Amino acid sequence: MSVLAFVEPDDELSLQAVTLAESLGGDVYVVQVEGPYAPSAWAAALIEAAGEDDIVGPGSDRGNEVLAHVAARLDLPLAANVTEVRGDEVSRQRWGGTLLEEARIHANRRLLTAAPFAFAASNTVLQAQVLSPSLDDAVTVVEHVVPDTGGKVSLADAKVVVSGGRGVGSAEGFGILEELAALLDGAVGCSRVVTSAGWRPHTDQVGQTGTKVSPDLYIACGISGATQHIAGCKGAKKLLAINNDPEATIFTHADYAVIGNLHEIVPAISAELRKVRGT
Amino acid sequence: MRILCAVKRVPITGGKMVLTGDAQAIETKHLGFTISPHEECGVEEAVRIVEAQGGEVVVLTLGPSEAEEQLRECMALGADRAIHLVSDEEWDAQATASALVAAVRSEEPFDLYVFGNESADAGNYQVGIRVAYALGLPVVTGLKGLSVADGRARCEQEVATGRDVYDVPLPAVVTVKEGLNLPRYPSVPAKLRANRKPVDSRPVERPDSRLEKLRLVVPAGAGKQAEVLGEGPDAAPRVVEVLQQLGVA
Repeated sequence: MSVLAFVEPDDELSLQAVTLAESLGGDVYVVQVEGPYAPSAWAAALIEAAGEDDIVGPGSDRGNEVLAHVAARLDLPLAANVTEVRGDEVSRQRWGGTLLEEARIHANRRLLTAAPFAFAASNTVLQAQVLSPSLDDAVTVVEHVVPDTGGKVSLADAKVVVSGGRGVGSAEGFGILEELAALLDGAVGCSRVVTSAGWRPHTDQVGQTGTKVSPDLYIACGISGATQHIAGCKGAKKLLAINNDPEATIFTHADYAVIGNLHEIVPAISAELRKVRGT
Repeated sequence: MRILCAVKRVPITGGKMVLTGDAQAIETKHLGFTISPHEECGVEEAVRIVEAQGGEVVVLTLGPSEAEEQLRECMALGADRAIHLVSDEEWDAQATASALVAAVRSEEPFDLYVFGNESADAGNYQVGIRVAYALGLPVVTGLKGLSVADGRARCEQEVATGRDVYDVPLPAVVTVKEGLNLPRYPSVPAKLRANRKPVDSRPVERPDSRLEKLRLVVPAGAGKQAEVLGEGPDAAPRVVEVLQQLGVA
């Protein structure tokens, strides 16, 4: 059996999906869809292109959505965010990747999406077949709104994220995190407790139900390390945790630890940065 | 406006995943429960729409008898009544969607069907979409903005470069994400009222799973040994050295 790999252009998660497709053992052919995003029409086009073959997509919002449309149309099971496949058995992520499920697919073909960053990007150069489905009355994007970020680096793109949790204590408490983030050309993030308390907007939330970030350095200040939060920051290359509780779970996810009061430590780091820069 | 909101009871997991002896579930003996965060925003949004335009919000769940607590929480937020499909077992996404569709078909049609984009626990990303297909309705997922007027829904979906906007006729299915709104804290009178609102409980039999859970596994990789850079503000020079080594300072 062959494998259709659904990809989007310039998308790292799509290249990871190709790697998953290549691990299934069949011939892999790569398909992309052009035109306005319309998940139901895209799914119909993929189904036609795939015949009876397996279909694999990226574990992105769009990948999971298009594959769910494919599964609904074919009335077949879909295993989302798969990390490994062994025949008809898969390992897949639950709880934003903080727990795995081993499951068996009961169907004559496999529909899968690749969990983000569970696979290396494929370096096999495969020419993508391009589909141009007719949209007819399919639900499609009618407008695109670009927010005014005021020139600030976005949370998802930042190389450094300075993030605060319950330990920051108040909306005003984030001032010292803002200051450090500005010195590092980074962005400020926060945990779910903080947005629920109304100290920061949800757009700043890092976590399973917030933004998933992958900076070079993630600085977690006064964050305990609940799985909800870890699901959003486990893509960071390095994690520095600042917490006054040496037993905090966050330290088991950290590369570097500073123990103590963040309200003293964070301004001290900013001051030290200014000192070494002579500013 | 008649709005149906589907919700799911999930444990509040805290910092560590601990499994039951048979590896079939998370050990929940010491945990509280809630509904998935996306769904809480879905219920809040539905209640706001009905507060402004009139109508009814019905919450629907498939879960154990204890899930009535979560239905009461939703009714404390302002939902009017609840349908509880009672089963102690875990259902896969296809079977879940079929059960929800059967329950919906026993009701007068709704104008809007609201789901979470994905459940906090299973994360299948598909139940709302499957229900939409079964009901023959348009579906838009991952909403961070929703406005309903003149028989249409304007839906805003967050993407990397901003927001994609969709405009669909009602009835429609939407799946929403946390951040759509900031859900209210229910008042004490609202909680008391919720205790008197009707819950229609119906036992359901789980069919065979086509994505059959064999076991759960806690992934390796957690439990790093962090390098302690120091205690208190005296650690600052060492921190800055590390920032420089990492090339971020």
